[in-house]
Amino acid sequence: MTAPVYNFAYLDEQTKRMIRRAILKAIAVPGYQVPFASREMPMPYGWGTGGVQVTASILGPDDVLKVIDQGSDDTTNAVSIRKFFVKTAGVRTTTATVEASVIQTRHRVPETPLTETQVLVYQVPIPEPLRFLEPRETETRRMHALSEYGLMHVKLYEDIARHGHIATTYAYPVKVDDRYVMDPSPIPKFDNPKLNDCPALQLFGAGREKRIYAIPPYTQVVSLDFEDHPFEPYRHNARCELCGADDSYLDEVITDDRGTRMFVCSDTDYCETRRALGHVAPAGETEAARDER
Amino acid sequence: MYVAVKGGERAIENAHALLADARRGDRDVPELSLAQIDNQLALGVDRVMCEGSLYDRELAALAVKQARGDMIEAIFLLRAYRTTLPRFGASEPAATGTMDVRRRISATFKDLPGGQVLGPTFDYTHRLLDHTLADGSDVAPAATAPADDTPFRSVTDLLGDSGLIEREAAQDGDVGDLTREPLSFPAGRDLRLQNLARGDEGFLLALGYSTQRGYGRNHPFAGEIRFGEVEVEFVAEDVGFAVPLGTVFMTECQMVNQFTGGLTEAPRFTRGYGLVFGQSERKAMAVALVDRALRARELGEEAGSPAQDEEFVLSHSDNVQATGFVEHLKLPHYVDFQSELGLLRKLRAEFAARADQNDIDTNTYVRDAAE
Repeated sequence: MTAPVYNFAYLDEQTKRMIRRAILKAIAVPGYQVPFASREMPMPYGWGTGGVQVTASILGPDDVLKVIDQGSDDTTNAVSIRKFFVKTAGVRTTTATVEASVIQTRHRVPETPLTETQVLVYQVPIPEPLRFLEPRETETRRMHALSEYGLMHVKLYEDIARHGHIATTYAYPVKVDDRYVMDPSPIPKFDNPKLNDCPALQLFGAGREKRIYAIPPYTQVVSLDFEDHPFEPYRHNARCELCGADDSYLDEVITDDRGTRMFVCSDTDYCETRRALGHVAPAGETEAARDER
Repeated sequence: MYVAVKGGERAIENAHALLADARRGDRDVPELSLAQIDNQLALGVDRVMCEGSLYDRELAALAVKQARGDMIEAIFLLRAYRTTLPRFGASEPAATGTMDVRRRISATFKDLPGGQVLGPTFDYTHRLLDHTLADGSDVAPAATAPADDTPFRSVTDLLGDSGLIEREAAQDGDVGDLTREPLSFPAGRDLRLQNLARGDEGFLLALGYSTQRGYGRNHPFAGEIRFGEVEVEFVAEDVGFAVPLGTVFMTECQMVNQFTGGLTEAPRFTRGYGLVFGQSERKAMAVALVDRALRARELGEEAGSPAQDEEFVLSHSDNVQATGFVEHLKLPHYVDFQSELGLLRKLRAEFAARADQNDIDTNTYVRDAAE
């Protein structure tokens, strides 16, 4: 039994090459799910193995890595993945969105607009937007090949018929470059507009499902909707009670056992940066937030 | 302040320290050695090697120890280590026909060349807790007979001599490897058997069992089950011939199943096949049952049962994938949950407004829904 010696960023170079080929194909065919030979990683499936493999394959020694989960750098899974790359790649890490060259994320797109020098890597649990309408991969691949997306529109229509609204609030399906319907990963639909015409390269990795897909920079990404029921992003009608932001996605936090709630930015870096610049929540905001109920 | 919980990193480190402490347990109890696990929990080590797809008893024993006896966690540890190993290629097919047999039984013939060799087995034991084991006792060495070199011909070969069972066509070209290429459907039998060999014992057991209870019945007979040591050979390009790499213990199950054939072809038995690392007859038999069930379409049988659904079976057999995805629900989901809360509140507000208008008592509605 010999002690294992790991390559830079854990994966061996052969594997990285294979993943990079899949990434290149994904970039060439925006929104198309490219099968790739996903490896077993030392963290569980469903905890970001796809994103980790993509990050490991594109990371260089000069990169600066930021990892977020639910918008925060300090949630357990983000900490664990960041530490993994510190340990296996020794790269510099940051919590500041503007300083990062590679950002791996679960469930959020940073509030701070991204630039051409950045890559956003999404962790994807179920890459197939049609999965819950048709469980069979053989069927859904055929549907994508034929651009047969009627089923999705029927589903959205049925939502409206039943609830008066499209009842999909996260992982809201988009159409990429007017061709493939794509699952943007379980980001809140508030984040969907940020995918469109984004200067940064966006890569999506699904480890358990063995798929990689991509949105190249400045690609058109449209959230599916109807003329009479246009897509609308949802945001709690409140300001952040720490930094006063009225444009960021908010987390609702219950502050006592009587159900008192407050709202704070989900993007911790955005919130901290604003507070460092002197932004504070206006007085009485807690009451207003509570009234939102 | 409660908000923006900081200190995740330290909390994780502390949790891991607690885990290490709990793993060691009472310091007055002697610590387990890997040799103890390997020797005395050998079947657990076998399972971890089989589903972990890595034949290394010492590493598997380490995984069992590190995982505190949690088999799926141990399998996961071994898989994650396996990922980092270079892959040189595929071995020559393991010649199980020339296996150094420790156990070989057939349920289809009372006696056969080589005989029924019972070997080390729980079968025929009375499952009564043996209290003499609790305090440890000396075990006398078992009686053995000198080995004779007669190879044990496989029962399916004996049947095949007279054409009573379908012939197994050799596969041309390279065998697939689903750890290097993503699985696509329909999958070849090589990939299917690889998937099943790595698959969760419990899942396959239940599926195999379901075929016996009528969900895709295929009338199986345990033609033969053998366990023993097999030599593994590898053709090294530079050398140009097969080089022995060593031996592995394997369990092989050949199921003999209901007929095929008809007007244009003589009727004959069909096969289901299972091969696993170590000694696990339960797993090898379950694999053989499911392998046969998954051949339903190929053999022109009706295929409406779960065990016959290739995509369903092969997509859900892997316990490392399954446990990862099930347990990922422990990760924070509050961003998505907030979106759902938002929508739900909106829908409830609209409902309340409508109810006000129509003078409906919302409490009645709520009670009805609760009932």
